[in-house]
Amino acid sequence: MAIELNKEEPVIVTQTIDHPRQSVISNFFSVFLENKAAVVGGLIILFYIFIAIFAPFLAPYHPHEINLENKLVPPSMDHWMGTDDKGRDILSRILYGSRLSMGVGFAAVIFGAFFGITLGLIAGYYGKWVDSIIMRCMDVLLAFPGILLALAIVSALGPSLINVTIAVGAFSVPLFARIVRGSTLEVKQLEYIDAIRTLGANDGTIIFKHILPNILSPIIVQGTLRVATAILSAAGLSFLGLGAQPPSSEWGTMLSSGRDFLFTAPYIAIFPGLAIALLVLGFNIFGDGLRDAFDPRMKK
Amino acid sequence: MKIAEEKKVLLEVANLKQYFSVKKDSIFKPKTYVKAVDDISFVVNEGETLSIVGESGCGKSTTGRSILKLDEPTGGKVIYAGRNLVDLSRKEMRDLRGDLQVIFQDPFASLNPRQTIKQILTEAMTIQQSVPKPLQKDRMAELLNLVGLPTEALNRYPHEFSGGQRQRIGIARALAVDPKLIICDEAVSALDVSIQAQILNLLKKLQKQFQLTFLFISHDLSVVRHISDRVMVMYLGKIVEISDKKDLFDNPLHPYTKALLSSIPATNPSIKNERILLKGDVPSPINPPSGCRFHTRCPFAADRCKTEEPALRELEPDHFVSCHFAEELAQ
Repeated sequence: MAIELNKEEPVIVTQTIDHPRQSVISNFFSVFLENKAAVVGGLIILFYIFIAIFAPFLAPYHPHEINLENKLVPPSMDHWMGTDDKGRDILSRILYGSRLSMGVGFAAVIFGAFFGITLGLIAGYYGKWVDSIIMRCMDVLLAFPGILLALAIVSALGPSLINVTIAVGAFSVPLFARIVRGSTLEVKQLEYIDAIRTLGANDGTIIFKHILPNILSPIIVQGTLRVATAILSAAGLSFLGLGAQPPSSEWGTMLSSGRDFLFTAPYIAIFPGLAIALLVLGFNIFGDGLRDAFDPRMKK
Repeated sequence: MKIAEEKKVLLEVANLKQYFSVKKDSIFKPKTYVKAVDDISFVVNEGETLSIVGESGCGKSTTGRSILKLDEPTGGKVIYAGRNLVDLSRKEMRDLRGDLQVIFQDPFASLNPRQTIKQILTEAMTIQQSVPKPLQKDRMAELLNLVGLPTEALNRYPHEFSGGQRQRIGIARALAVDPKLIICDEAVSALDVSIQAQILNLLKKLQKQFQLTFLFISHDLSVVRHISDRVMVMYLGKIVEISDKKDLFDNPLHPYTKALLSSIPATNPSIKNERILLKGDVPSPINPPSGCRFHTRCPFAADRCKTEEPALRELEPDHFVSCHFAEELAQ
């Protein structure tokens, strides 16, 4: 199988690029849009974001406006979702509450992702004892059930919505760190990392320009799914009285104040509960859809 | 090691060792190492193509990686431009990295999929400061022209190119920093035979044009025969033979080289080659055989081979071989 070499043939024949231009983004959308459930999830999230932004224009009443004459009114034309034991309009409170719940969810995930990604990149890139120390610490955090860890942190820091955000963020850190470390290990041994090292790039350039952009897909998928968990955990902590304090219209707090009236006025608890469930569902199916769209095996 | 006077040495490798520690079964057992490259010395002359051949796991790629300090060598010296690369700090090494470049095997893994060709080339030139900013654009067009790609390739991503084209981009990236030595680590092994020829011809042309020196790592003897000036044969982390290409292919001295060369299929079926079949497998580099590492499989092994390690000797001018019985076997 000696290689036939034609010396006459000019060595430089300008190549033609046969592949049509295909954008990564359009490819991503074509897969994503086929997944009907994921599109529905995305629409739910967009709907909630819209509500959170325009709550003051959409809400018929002020969320904290007490009207004792109108307390415990069942759903009606005046109060679509009824009023609570202090006569506050539940619809208005839910609309305003979306800001708190989604704010906590996103803030906690951004907080957790920031530290998790940083630690995961350092552990995966430097390896050896750095990796061992970081990942053993993460294992310790993972050993606690998430909500228990959050409970402990909030008990230590004191009940408030900000502390809930920190607590929920903290138990997301090891999950991000693990995913990022694994992906970093995988990308680190690829030849283009060696190529950039032979050019003399420093570690910062390699990590942030060459590794991070190539491991974003699992981070985005995990981040989306974690927002759902974060919202649920934050509502749970508020329900236990550790998060947002009354008269805040945080959904978990509303749920908690409605539990005394479960038999007489169930709508006080049902509507905040539905709001949480729908949003969490939206994030979960959206996250699953993203995972399918990012997975190269799903590409046609 | 002596070299002919008229040749200028570009890179000298002396007693290079690269050991990798292996996971221990128990903390009470001593640490074990894979001796991927074990005490090898050779020189690369300016403007030549030195090929390293050998079967998988013989340490040929590791040698290349150690020279580039992609893996920190365990011991030995790599002397380039009067400086020992092994002792240099990362910062000092960075100044020299522009001279030493690499082309990799897998054209699908050697380019960052999130960077356009323009970004890939700009980054190379910027890190090494080989081309001032205002001139980079012209230089990029020139580089693409050199490797035979159209200028519109600049704004595209690697996934839009074929394997051979990506390899051209890899070559352009290496050239962007005006290197002296390019290590081609199985640079054409992943390509179709017709594309291999194109890339080999391109490399030859560039070598002539820019007085490049190649350290060409390959397991493919027909490719090596085509591109090399000198050939170095490795077995289990050791050099068994170094010589001129013609000398080595026509008159191999080491029994391993003979066996290796006899594995090339003849293009003319009427010529009957005597095929030398080696017994057994390559021994584990964790616990290599004593004495001559090839004695377990060598058809001519004697007692001396089991105890005494053969030195690399110059048997004929510029023809080095490490075998106790090379003279006898030559006759």
